[in-house]
Amino acid sequence: SSYTIQKNGPGTGVANSLPRHEPFEQAPMYVAVMTYLGYGLVTLFGYFRDFLRAVGLEKCHVAQERSEQKDFVPLYQDFENFYNRNLYMRVRDNWNRPICSLPGPVFDLMERISDDYNWTFRFTGRTIPNVINVGSYNYLGFAENNVDFLKTVAEKTQEYGVGVCSTRQEIANLSLHQELEQLVANFLGLESSMAFGMGFATNSMNIPALVGKGCLILSDELNHTSLILGARLSGATIRVFKHNNMHSLEKMLREAICSGQPRTHRPWKKILIMVEGIYSMEGSVVRLPEILALKKKYKAYLYLDEAHSIGAVGPTGRGVTELFNVNAADVDIMMGTFTKSFGACGGYIAGKKVLVDYIRRHSHSAIYATAMSPPVTEQVIRAMKCIMGQDGGDEGIRRVRQLAENTRYFRARLKEMGFIIYGNDDSPVVPILLYMPAKVVAFAREMLRRKIGVVVVGFPATPITEARARFCLSAAHTRPMLDQSNLLILSRLSHYHTV
Amino acid sequence: MDFKNLKEYLAWLYFQYLIITGIYVLEPWEKSIFNSVLFSAIAMVIYTTYVFVPIHVRLALEFFSVVQ
Repeated sequence: SSYTIQKNGPGTGVANSLPRHEPFEQAPMYVAVMTYLGYGLVTLFGYFRDFLRAVGLEKCHVAQERSEQKDFVPLYQDFENFYNRNLYMRVRDNWNRPICSLPGPVFDLMERISDDYNWTFRFTGRTIPNVINVGSYNYLGFAENNVDFLKTVAEKTQEYGVGVCSTRQEIANLSLHQELEQLVANFLGLESSMAFGMGFATNSMNIPALVGKGCLILSDELNHTSLILGARLSGATIRVFKHNNMHSLEKMLREAICSGQPRTHRPWKKILIMVEGIYSMEGSVVRLPEILALKKKYKAYLYLDEAHSIGAVGPTGRGVTELFNVNAADVDIMMGTFTKSFGACGGYIAGKKVLVDYIRRHSHSAIYATAMSPPVTEQVIRAMKCIMGQDGGDEGIRRVRQLAENTRYFRARLKEMGFIIYGNDDSPVVPILLYMPAKVVAFAREMLRRKIGVVVVGFPATPITEARARFCLSAAHTRPMLDQSNLLILSRLSHYHTV
Repeated sequence: MDFKNLKEYLAWLYFQYLIITGIYVLEPWEKSIFNSVLFSAIAMVIYTTYVFVPIHVRLALEFFSVVQ
């Protein structure tokens, strides 16, 4: 009798395909009507103010063309400039707020006021201390300045200095970088990895090295700008499928394989599916088992960007592959960043050794970009060792569990209160839909008045009717902090039907 | 949502009106312009209703021979 012995362990079980609770609840019709009404009225007032500026009754604070250029093609009349002048400028005190402390679970803001309705700002000299931070990507709380935890970082800084003064391919390939890459590969359970100095550049500079003309990229609707930029730079053909919609993806795959390239109908050289682990504006998680099944069936490649999910999901923080219990080696190119869960900066690409060796030779980032700085590299190393438990304690696993608990608690409480929240129940990114433009602004201001620093996003980062406030939970948030932000959200900011 | 008195409740209602119409983001003089335009439009509607609706109702009832 011949039977294969099934091993136990991660990646060898059946992929977890239980339907995950991921609602994208629609708001009632009157909310959409009121949103359009709000935008319409403010646009009318925008036209009125532009008229006053043109006539000369009001001083124009923005850039204008010189009088000699009045007959040329107008520079500042397109929608983007109109929006900037008349909508964004009125409310821009809610963004770019200067911070004067560590972006941990609480931080200090500099008090900034404007005398002329946000055209200019001035600092009063005071700080707003101990504002609860629900905007920073600090999922495991590694943005800390505890001397004990940072001991190795200080030692390495004393040994290597801070600047590397060259690129990886020239003369800045430090032994520290190789230690980091080995550690990342062990962490993910893959053969090899390469680390870069900037997360955005990891995507935008490496995709051109992997695909080129004659290749097809199938990219999710809501992919990040770095993926889109990398895809456009590569010169490959890009087709967009609906967000997390497997029917749309399968239809495109079948059509691509049957028809081939546009005019010649030759087969595509490569088909690359680009998805993210957690989408930061929705908080939704990719449908990894289905995509892997499609990829194997149609012989395509998968590029998974785990910027927000590495370290933040999964029982031991290994990302979406662990969450769905699939083999990490099935994903061809695993990409991630060190900015979010590891409290550093930079990104990595991991996969088979042949792939990573190819990237080492052909990536723009490796050839031209400065290598990662030693203290940052050591911070990633110590954070990763902490999560893996290699430093001898259970601090890392405690943080991963604390983040999962905080996520479940926060989401459950917000749902209880009746808010519309997007995204998967496991994702630590919680967007609360606010819809109306004035509500978004009032929300940000009132939250700051009550000492909570939250990030709100509106058009153009989100669709025009879906403005939202985005909460990023952290393992360093304690239960009283979450309760304080919950109860204060419940306050009179919401419409009394809590929409 | 517990309001201590009527004044607080009215202030909350005004705040909701500002947020829903989007007027909250405008400067105070623009708010005044919009409020006066809206108020005069509503006042005109109320006046017209008061003057004309009884006459129209009486004419409609006469047409349908309910009242001679």
